[in-house]
Amino acid sequence: MNRDLTCELPTDVRGIERFVETLLNHGHGTGFDAGRLRLNLRVGVTEALSNAMLYGNGGDPSRSVRVHASFSPDEITIRVTDEGSGFDPGLVPDPTTPANRRRARGRGIFLIRQLMDHVEYNDRGNSVVMRLVNGPAGPVRRVS
Amino acid sequence: MSFEVHQADGVTIIDVKGQLIVGNRQELKQKVLDELETGSHRFLIDFAGTGYIDSSGLGVLVSLSKKIREQGGELRLASLNEDLRTLFELTKLDSLFHIAGSRDEALASF
Repeated sequence: MNRDLTCELPTDVRGIERFVETLLNHGHGTGFDAGRLRLNLRVGVTEALSNAMLYGNGGDPSRSVRVHASFSPDEITIRVTDEGSGFDPGLVPDPTTPANRRRARGRGIFLIRQLMDHVEYNDRGNSVVMRLVNGPAGPVRRVS
Repeated sequence: MSFEVHQADGVTIIDVKGQLIVGNRQELKQKVLDELETGSHRFLIDFAGTGYIDSSGLGVLVSLSKKIREQGGELRLASLNEDLRTLFELTKLDSLFHIAGSRDEALASF
């Protein structure tokens, strides 16, 4: 059974947790692997929404974040789009180096790339598409 | 989400219940800073009741680790479930923190 979901969220990080739970429930409804929903999808969506709200929209409550999610038993695709001017995801440093490990910030995009099977930003850098493929139980899949 | 603070054996223990995420990480940070102000130097953050930590939650733990260390203190993390351990391993933060399997193990390590 395939399901689609489209939402416009206000820029308010307090709403992220509840919205992510809604997406996870949709995923459960399609029979997607529970472990990959619980960790991989949760991380991908939570981090993408945080980035969109805090950095993309600059925390501006007058701006919103658009989410489109498509669910099937084989694959989940999520697009998160903010109203900001975008950024270059290629410039995000590796947070796992010994020097960067001690920094408080900079792990969100890294975690998205580690835990979602496919991650692609648009040219402007204000929209990201993430795809998670169903498969054997186990939280970590190699990013494409 | 709640942060319950209590003392045991000279250690300030903070039980994190619920997700540690961007919307509440400042509350954890403030609780630890408040305890540092009162002279606490040994901290144990117990995640037995925590299912998820986002990148900003990880970031606040990094900040607190630095702050506690600067004041001559020690920090232990305990009771990470499998998902949380995965996050720490992926980000290589398992090399930055003293992570114990349980509260008792963490307390014994001070």
